[in-house]
Amino acid sequence: MKEHGRGGRFAVIAVPYAWLLVFFLLPFLVVAKISVSEMETTTIKDIVVWKDGALAITARIGNYLLLAQDDLYLRTYASSLAYAAVTTVLCLFIGYPFAYFMARARRALQPALLMLVMLPFWTSFLLRVYAWKALLTEHGLVADAIEHVGLDRALAAIGLIPGPGQLMNTPFSLILGMTYTYLPFMILPLYSNLAKMDLRLLEAAADLGANAWTAFWRITVPLSRAGIVAGAMLVFIPCVGEYVIPELLGGPQTQMIGRTLWDEFFSNNDWPMACAVAVTMVLLVIVPLAIFSRNQAEATRQAA
Amino acid sequence: MADDAFLRISNLVKEFDGHRAVNDVSVDIAKGEVFALLGSSGCGKTTLLRMLAGFETPTSGTITLDGNDLADLPPYVRPMNMMFQSYALFPHLTVFDNIAFGLRREGLPAAEIDARVEAMLKLVQLASYAKRKPHQLSGGQQQRVALARSLAKKPQLLLLDEPLGALDKKLREETQIELAGIIHDVGVTCVLVTHDQEEAMTMASRIAVMSEGRFLQVGPPAEIYETPATRFVADFIGNVNLMDGSLVVDEADHVVVDCGDVRHRIGHGITGTRGMPVTVALRPEKIRIRRDALTSPAPGDSGVNRAHGTIKEVAYFGSFTVYHLQMASGRVLKISQSNAERQQGAQLTWGDSAWATWTDLSPVVLTQ
Repeated sequence: MKEHGRGGRFAVIAVPYAWLLVFFLLPFLVVAKISVSEMETTTIKDIVVWKDGALAITARIGNYLLLAQDDLYLRTYASSLAYAAVTTVLCLFIGYPFAYFMARARRALQPALLMLVMLPFWTSFLLRVYAWKALLTEHGLVADAIEHVGLDRALAAIGLIPGPGQLMNTPFSLILGMTYTYLPFMILPLYSNLAKMDLRLLEAAADLGANAWTAFWRITVPLSRAGIVAGAMLVFIPCVGEYVIPELLGGPQTQMIGRTLWDEFFSNNDWPMACAVAVTMVLLVIVPLAIFSRNQAEATRQAA
Repeated sequence: MADDAFLRISNLVKEFDGHRAVNDVSVDIAKGEVFALLGSSGCGKTTLLRMLAGFETPTSGTITLDGNDLADLPPYVRPMNMMFQSYALFPHLTVFDNIAFGLRREGLPAAEIDARVEAMLKLVQLASYAKRKPHQLSGGQQQRVALARSLAKKPQLLLLDEPLGALDKKLREETQIELAGIIHDVGVTCVLVTHDQEEAMTMASRIAVMSEGRFLQVGPPAEIYETPATRFVADFIGNVNLMDGSLVVDEADHVVVDCGDVRHRIGHGITGTRGMPVTVALRPEKIRIRRDALTSPAPGDSGVNRAHGTIKEVAYFGSFTVYHLQMASGRVLKISQSNAERQQGAQLTWGDSAWATWTDLSPVVLTQ
């Protein structure tokens, strides 16, 4: 019986690991392999060649060297990270109050509010991004509203749009589109975190002399850290590699790595280079996250 | 009303959707007193405590502390601290930071905060636990951190909400005495909410028994126990035999109540008329049980303060034994006998015929 139980536990753990192995690690290795391969017009050469009793392994790291040296790639990586970071911060600032009021709303009202947050998912993501195109072009509904209140002049002043009235295909339209699209991914983990918070802790804080503002910063925010981290990751990671939104709403100024990838694959037809770009992007996101989660685990272990 | 009232609650009412959770409560509490609100759940005791802390606004009535009306003060400026039921310790802060939380809100210098927290940790004997998080502590230790946190600001009034409710029985008995000791040493005025009469009796200098939002009786523990004012109080506090009967003799120094099976001669007068229906309350530990009637009743005093029956139940608790003696009418008398000698528990057993006796100082006559 005990042996049986062990086997069951092993099976349960094995399933997600097998999934990751087959659908993440193997494809990643394939991409990594291509990134160090040579390309002959249409075919990709094997990196391991067995010929006349000699085993030859050829790994071209030229693509990676190019990535490190070419200013264009570096700037694209940097601006991808920057756009993702700005989007994450904006989502947090809009999403936190949203999630907070949802979590503190009357119990009966909460399912309805939750439904409203998820409602956009019922429409195709592509359609919704296209809709922004229409809203932001000249004489679009939102464009007119922004110009009417003079917000475009402020945006131009901080350099998010090239000049008043030009809203589309700018950093502004890109950030707006990404924030709009990824906002629910911030709200949902924050909501589930804030909803299960013990409200007596706030009474205890008030009892000990903390006004509402202090109690919020000293108690609510630190306790919702896990929700903030989860939401930030759910927004930041896909944003770094985002392709569709920069393609539809971005412009010449807004280079993002997803578009570079696309160009390498389909315009330049340089698969090894495209793969090198992809591998670097994955590492760029995964390595810091791995270090972060290690630190987290370490901190939890020490606390226990 | 007494002039030395430190906390004065006057005609306090709290309504929730037309239902009166606290119904016209008034009481004066002196400085240094430990005052317990005792009642079953839903009696309004917690609502009353929350009004003191400022978490609920009274519908009407006033609360004054040291002469100052508290009505307009939000919780975070009231000079009182509360120890919450199940403690509400901040899970992300260490024991030290939990205790320091209130002091930091006052903006005290760091050195003074450190000194105060150290002193508090010492008071509750947790000096070596300062760096732990609440979830790394046992229930009893968490309880002491909660106490330290609520005492750290030297509140004028300490509010305790079911302070021992989250502890298991054994730990509760130990902590009860410890907690009472600390509160006594600190000398803080204290209002305590509990549904546990033992907790109220051991900790409080005065108890208010609450039911349906009202105070039924307010007094020192012994007074509540020995001279309950109503059937409800007698029944709520401890075990009791309640017997309905009517007044047959009403003299200056004694009354006689006929309850059918038994006639009580009770050594204190009540103001009543002969034939008036009353209830006699007799605590189980005030009855003695034996095999034979010791003396034959004096003439004209036929068989007062004793009853004959058959033992239906024997429950041995170690330090005492509880007997259920069934009388001729079928009614049962609960008797609790202290096991002063080792073989005593074995003497009487199921089915034995036995006599119960008590003195004229044992029962209490209740008129409501």
